[in-house]
Order: sequence, then structure tokens, then C-alpha cells
Amino acid sequence: MTELPTATDRKLGLVIDLDTCVGCHACVISCKGWNTENYGAPLSDTDPYGADPSGTFLNRVHSYEVQPEDGAAQLVHFPKSCLHCDNAPCVTVCPTGASYKRVEDGIVLVNESDCIGCGLCAWACPYGAREMDAVEKVMKKCTLCVDRIYNENLPEEDREPVCVRTCPAGARHFGDLGDPDSEVSQLVAARGGMDLMPEQGTAPVNKYLPPRPRDQLDQVDVLAPYLEPVAQEPRGFLGWLDRALDQMPGGKE
Amino acid sequence: MHPAPSIILFTTLSGLGFGLLAFLGLGMPGATGWVAFAFFAIGFALAGGGLVASTFHLGHPERALKAFTQWRTSWLSREAWTSLATLSVMGLYAIGRVFFDASWQPLGWLGAALSVATVYCTAMIYTSIKAVPRWNTGLTPLHFLTLSAGGGALLAGEVSLAAPLLALAAAVQVLVWMQGDGALARSGTTMASATGLSSGAARAFEPPHTGTNYLLREMVHVVGRKHSRRLRVLALILGYGLPILLLLLPFTHWLGLLAMLTHILGILAARWLFFAEAEHVVGLYYGKR
Repeated sequence: MTELPTATDRKLGLVIDLDTCVGCHACVISCKGWNTENYGAPLSDTDPYGADPSGTFLNRVHSYEVQPEDGAAQLVHFPKSCLHCDNAPCVTVCPTGASYKRVEDGIVLVNESDCIGCGLCAWACPYGAREMDAVEKVMKKCTLCVDRIYNENLPEEDREPVCVRTCPAGARHFGDLGDPDSEVSQLVAARGGMDLMPEQGTAPVNKYLPPRPRDQLDQVDVLAPYLEPVAQEPRGFLGWLDRALDQMPGGKE
Repeated sequence: MHPAPSIILFTTLSGLGFGLLAFLGLGMPGATGWVAFAFFAIGFALAGGGLVASTFHLGHPERALKAFTQWRTSWLSREAWTSLATLSVMGLYAIGRVFFDASWQPLGWLGAALSVATVYCTAMIYTSIKAVPRWNTGLTPLHFLTLSAGGGALLAGEVSLAAPLLALAAAVQVLVWMQGDGALARSGTTMASATGLSSGAARAFEPPHTGTNYLLREMVHVVGRKHSRRLRVLALILGYGLPILLLLLPFTHWLGLLAMLTHILGILAARWLFFAEAEHVVGLYYGKR
């Protein structure tokens, strides 16, 4: 049913630390691997070794350069997947009821056997979290590894989304964001976790931890201003070349 | 947004068709017999044909019937219901007109109201998408409705009504363009709000993939915008200006046909722009806005 639940028992989601992410794309690959081999239609690649490769991914890592007013530019790696919004616009637009938000844990899922592949939910999502599979022609999205987190056939340490399990930097955290005492909620409170595009009114469950401000290296050494500059007027052959080139037309302004 | 030919064709033709059906339902013209048959045939061909065209872009058209289930929240599902209801009611009304020389007027009024509702639902599919600020305005349904009214009157041969209605539709169209050009900037969604990176100016340094993907193909269409101004002028002249001029000349069926053809051409151009110029905010993540 595409009516959103007024409240969910839990709000399972991810907390992504933009300060820690090193941009290795391991989460992208493990996500593609798990979700191709398990729940639902496989994530296809078209022309993977040809001139125009393209594929379906549920998680992608952008990289941004942030240039502060003063100080060095900073590179921020930015993993983006479904944010499992409380007010998910992708769910209400679905004409068939294939898209739904679970009451028990707030996960937004697609029932692929009901999906007609109209693509309207992908239009409605401001984050680009949904992708239509080019081969299966059904809408694919992050399931928060619903087939892992409750899977009693897996060892307990593996019962979390595969992107979280695989992250070598510890930049991804999984938990109940509806419980203020959970580890993820406390992390969000401590680090000033933020919503993406809050003005869109989607009320995303996933939170992002902003990069910490970098140290300011104004001066390398207090004596630096008193040191002799290393570069000097060229002498010898280079000096002659410098003067000779200056003599040429247009050489010395 | 990607201007898919099937959707452009569907929204243009079905808008025109439902406009014509609305006028026929109101008894304008109140034709019967073979003349009525011709009018209803055109109306059903455009409205129904548009619906068929719309299924071409579905990934799984064989499941299309499921689209009738979620009318509580989905404008696309509501559109499915209203269009089916319109075609059924107007079908009964047409039987009366064509075969029994009868005007079952209450049915006609109901059919006309349903036609208007269908066009409104089509427009609301786009209006309800907040991620496309250019569409997310009350002007979108006004645009679709005035356009259907103008085109429907033109097709129904209501010459005295068609000219002022087309002029009104043209005015709304210009308004839509004027407010649409600043819609993304006014929406408040920027690269800073999309990424939350506020310590300085953010620039897309590296995309997540070396090739293209579904998101870029479907929602970050940037090719057509360089011809935007010329296409707008063409759409205004062909879609509105010429038909109005032809309607003001002494009426002949050939001039009417010509007016209809230029109108359709102009509206196709405008509808192409409606999609090609619509900026989806996901483009911000790719630095493409």
C-alpha cells in the first residue's frame, strides 16, 4: 500500500561519516555483489567491457572539492544510497503499490513482481536513489540488506548491511535512528549529523556526519620570514641563457 | 528530464482528445449520425491512442492493470481511473448520438467533467514532483487545462470559442516559461543543501562512475536547452499564433485542418521543452545544474 505509515516502530538506517570516508568504493562493489546474488532481480551491467559501459548500482560514491574562504581545498568523498525517508515521495507516487515503507522498521522496499517499470518513483526521489534496471525493467533500490539484517543463517557479526560490514574505514554505521539511546543516534547527536536536502521535506532517516574542520597551517615555522629565499639570480650558463633570452624580441617587458 | 517521445506524444494527443471529448459532452457541436461518429472517432483515437502510447514506456506493460490499485495516493493511478471512466461514459453518450439520434445530456455532462478531471490528473502527476521545481507549481495544471480547452475547441470546430481560449492558453504558456526559468533557484535546493557541505563552495570533483547511468540519462538531460529560445518562439507561433490567425479568417474546413495541424506541431515542440528544460535536483549531485 502506497500510503505512508504515520509512524514506524523502528527507524533503521545508516549514518555516513564524511570525515572518515576515504572514497575506496568498497561499499559500492560489495553492495552490487550482495544484491546481484541475493534478493530480487540481479543488478545488470550493459556493455561492461565495451565503449559505453553502464550499470545499475544501489550505492554510489561521489567526490566533491570544498574550497573554504581561506585555507586549503578539501576533498570529500560522498557515498549516496536510499535514505529511507519518513516522508518518502517515491512511495506515494507509485500507481501499483509495488513501493512501500515497512511499519516495523521503516525500510522502503519495492515488490518487484508488482512493478510496472513506469519510472515515476525515480522521478519523485530528489536524491537519485532509485535506478531502473536496464535488463529486468524493474525499479531497483537499496533494501538496507533486509535479507542480511534478519538472516539467522549468517553469523551475528554479518547481520548488518553489506556496505557497513565491508567499509574498511569505519565510515558507515547501521542502527535504529528512532531510538535516541542507540549508538547511531548518539553519534549523530555528538557530531552534528545532518539531513540531505532538508527543504525537500522528505525527512530522511539516514544521516550524514559533516567533515571536521581541518587544522590551519598558517605558518610552517616562526623563523620562516627571516630565512633567505632559496631561489637566487641565475649564474653561469643559466644566467647567460636568461639574459640572452631577454634580449630576443618580446623577451623583456 | 529525458524527453521520451512516447510521453510527449501521449500527453499532447490525449490532452487534445480529452479536450475534444469535453466539448462533445457539452453538446458542442450537437451533431448526430455520421458527423457525430467522425467527431467521436477522432476524440477516442486521440485520447485512447495516447493512453496506448503511454504504455510503450513501461518496463512491464503486461502488469499495467495493477496501476488501478493505488488511487488513494498516486495521481498516475487516479489518471488511469478517470481516463477509463471518461472513455466508458463518453462511449455510452456517443452510442446515443451516433445510432439513436438522441442526446443523453446528463451522460454528456458527466463525461465532460470526467474529461476535465483526467487532464487535471495528468497535470498533477508532474505538479506533485517536488524534485522538479519547474513543474511543482499550480501553473502546471492551469497550463494543461487551458491548453486542452483551446485545442479541444479548435478540434470541435467551435470557432468563436477556440480563438479566445487559445489566446488564454498562450498567455498561461508564457507565464509558465517566465516563472519556470527561476524555479530551481527559488526552490532553495542547491549543491550546498544537497551535499550538506557548507564550509566552502563545493564543486563536483569526480563522478561516481566513468560511464553514464540511468539517473543521468533519465533526469539530467541537458542537450536541448541551447535551442530553448527558438523552440519557444516556434511553439508560440505554430501552436497558438497561426491557429488563431487562421480561425479569424472566413471558416473553411481546409483552413480548420491546417490550424489543427500547426497547433499540434507547436504543442509537440512546447511539450518537448516541458520535459527537456525541467531540471531535476538530482543533477546537483553531478554538478550539472
